[in-house]
Amino acid sequence: MSGLFAKLAETARLMVGLPSYDAYLRHMAEHHPERAPMDRTAFFRNRQDARYRGGGGRCC
Amino acid sequence: MKKHALWIAFAIIGALSLSVVATSRGETINALWIVTAAVCIFLVGYRYYALFIARTVMRLDPARPTPAIRRGDGLDYVPTDRTVLFGHHFAAIAGAGPLVGPVLAAQMGYLPGTLWIIAGVVLAGAVQDFMILFVSMRRDGRSLGELVRMEMGPVAGTIALAGAFVIMTILLAVLALIVVRALAESPWGMFTVAVTVPLAMAMGIYTRWIRPGRIGEVSLFGLVGLILAIVVGQSVAQSPVWGPFFTFTPVQLCWILIGYGIVASILPVWLLLAPRDYLSTFLKIGAIVALAIGIVIMAPPLKMPAITQFAGGGGPVWSGSLFPFLFITIACGAVSGFHSLISSGTTPKLIANEAHAPVIGYGAMLMEAFVAIMALVGASILDPGIYFAMNSPAAVLGADAASAAAAVTAMGFPIAPDMLTQAAKDVGEATIISRTGGAPTLAVAMAEIFSHVLGGPAMKAFWYHFAILFEALFILTAVDAGTRAGRFMLQDLIGMAVPSFKDTSAIAPGLIATVLCVGGWGFFLYQGVTDPLGGVNTLWPVFGISNQMLAAIALMLATAVLFRMKQDRYAWVTMIPTAWLLICTITAGTLKIFSGDPKVGFLAHADIFSAAIARGEVLAPAKSMAQMQAIVFNDRVDAGLCAFFMFVVVSILFFTIRTCLAARRDPRPTAREIPAIAVPAE
Repeated sequence: MSGLFAKLAETARLMVGLPSYDAYLRHMAEHHPERAPMDRTAFFRNRQDARYRGGGGRCC
Repeated sequence: MKKHALWIAFAIIGALSLSVVATSRGETINALWIVTAAVCIFLVGYRYYALFIARTVMRLDPARPTPAIRRGDGLDYVPTDRTVLFGHHFAAIAGAGPLVGPVLAAQMGYLPGTLWIIAGVVLAGAVQDFMILFVSMRRDGRSLGELVRMEMGPVAGTIALAGAFVIMTILLAVLALIVVRALAESPWGMFTVAVTVPLAMAMGIYTRWIRPGRIGEVSLFGLVGLILAIVVGQSVAQSPVWGPFFTFTPVQLCWILIGYGIVASILPVWLLLAPRDYLSTFLKIGAIVALAIGIVIMAPPLKMPAITQFAGGGGPVWSGSLFPFLFITIACGAVSGFHSLISSGTTPKLIANEAHAPVIGYGAMLMEAFVAIMALVGASILDPGIYFAMNSPAAVLGADAASAAAAVTAMGFPIAPDMLTQAAKDVGEATIISRTGGAPTLAVAMAEIFSHVLGGPAMKAFWYHFAILFEALFILTAVDAGTRAGRFMLQDLIGMAVPSFKDTSAIAPGLIATVLCVGGWGFFLYQGVTDPLGGVNTLWPVFGISNQMLAAIALMLATAVLFRMKQDRYAWVTMIPTAWLLICTITAGTLKIFSGDPKVGFLAHADIFSAAIARGEVLAPAKSMAQMQAIVFNDRVDAGLCAFFMFVVVSILFFTIRTCLAARRDPRPTAREIPAIAVPAE
């Protein structure tokens, strides 16, 4: 049940352009252990700016 | 055989339901027949056609690294769970188009629209979305313009980019027009939509400074705020002070929207655009799910005839005959060119495995077509008298319930004046006469369905304004985001001539491009708002033509890629829908320019008015010589626009044929895919 909820929450977040922070941390730990990853707030702002940079991908 | 048994069962149920839908004449049928037919055919179409395309035409390779694997950066390129990505992609492609187009198409009865949505999505719309996703996925997730450039050369790429910009302008104008038609003279609706601006700003401040990134909780606050706004809106509308304050004429609303467009697209995204995007996205998904549940519970009978006399042309909602104009009008629910921009946007960068592409590319579009089917059902469960009273131009209906009822009864859909007054009262509006644009009609239908399930007739007015709010909210988000996207496209295009214009961080070029972009859609919006025939009549077909032409461009790109992959023996998969879209759009474009019928042809209409100007005569509905001049000017601009779209699509056809012939001469595959070798991720 909590797995389903987590998946729904992840879907809802990606629907508005926010990818998984955990996946980002995993990526950074795996590939760039020497670099400090962005914290949650910085990550959120980074993704928010990225989503609307080109208009935000929306349809008619 | 055994593994096919279930699918054969779906096929049989689908075929039976469709035959019920198609052969009933005179007696009313239940909406669930249409829903069942659509769902079964979509499932079978997915299982056999989408998977055929995946395995045989594209030869998807689950072992081949996708852009998310090759270039994974945890930000733009992230391997994403299949269902999560499906939700993301569907939310990005679902908009106002599939809701409005089918409602307008219902003037010909429910049957033509149903058949085209079902056939169109399986053979054309979903194929387009899926093919472009595939092409982009094999090329690092590049955008449509870049893909055209890569596969067909720089000239074709620039033409496609310019075409996409103009199409975007028309889209924004028509969306804004729908909002104007829905909110004009409606203080309740206007108040609730106006409240969303400070509400979204409060949410923006919350997510920026107070609890950053808490999208879930801030959206819940926002939802509570929206519901309160709808409830309070009723008393605001009835108040002798505030009611008139929130009552605007269409022309006033037009200027408000233009001003809003400029300001909103300059504000930082976190303040207004992003938080309203949360609200509109979640509300949209919620409303779609609720509508599906509501239709199944209510199982409403269809009151609209299967085919009306307007299938032959002469309808009041939009002009022209079934071929080609029905296919132009339904647009997004069956085939949407805009989806090619989404399928070559964020989705290909997030897909984790090539094997996920069918369910995301093809599957999400089937879902979109299902939304279109629900919109068509919604329009068809209304009394046809109400439908035509809401969707015919004021010039046809006259000013009050008595004249409107008489006009609609004369069309062959008998209705009494007090039924129109009562219907308006039920949804808490002063009048529903000539509320064109599709959104109010759908809102009445949603109010009908939701109040049947929850709250009874007393809740109708609430649900009507809820539906209007939900439509206006995501249209405003689209206007805002689209203006930003248009601005960047324009900076790119002008930057080709003036390189300094490309700097997206500089203030002056950004501001100039924004004003140009808003000016572009504002011009067509103003033209639509002041059009005595209601504007939707003129603008929606132009939008439909442009959108279907963009789809044709996307499918031509896909065809060129198949030829360059040396898969030309399967290129019929994209060539058949391309041919059909070219036939429809070029016929419709030619008719819109040259038809001798002034209701259809822009130039014929302009000629009548310019001849009258020469005689010094003022023709109704114009009231002055200046208005006469404006009508002639607008007609010529619209004709020029259709000509431009036809130039774009024909030149892309030329480049496609040239590319395909060159690919055939070359014995080896020439498609420019990124090689299948894995490189270490960044």
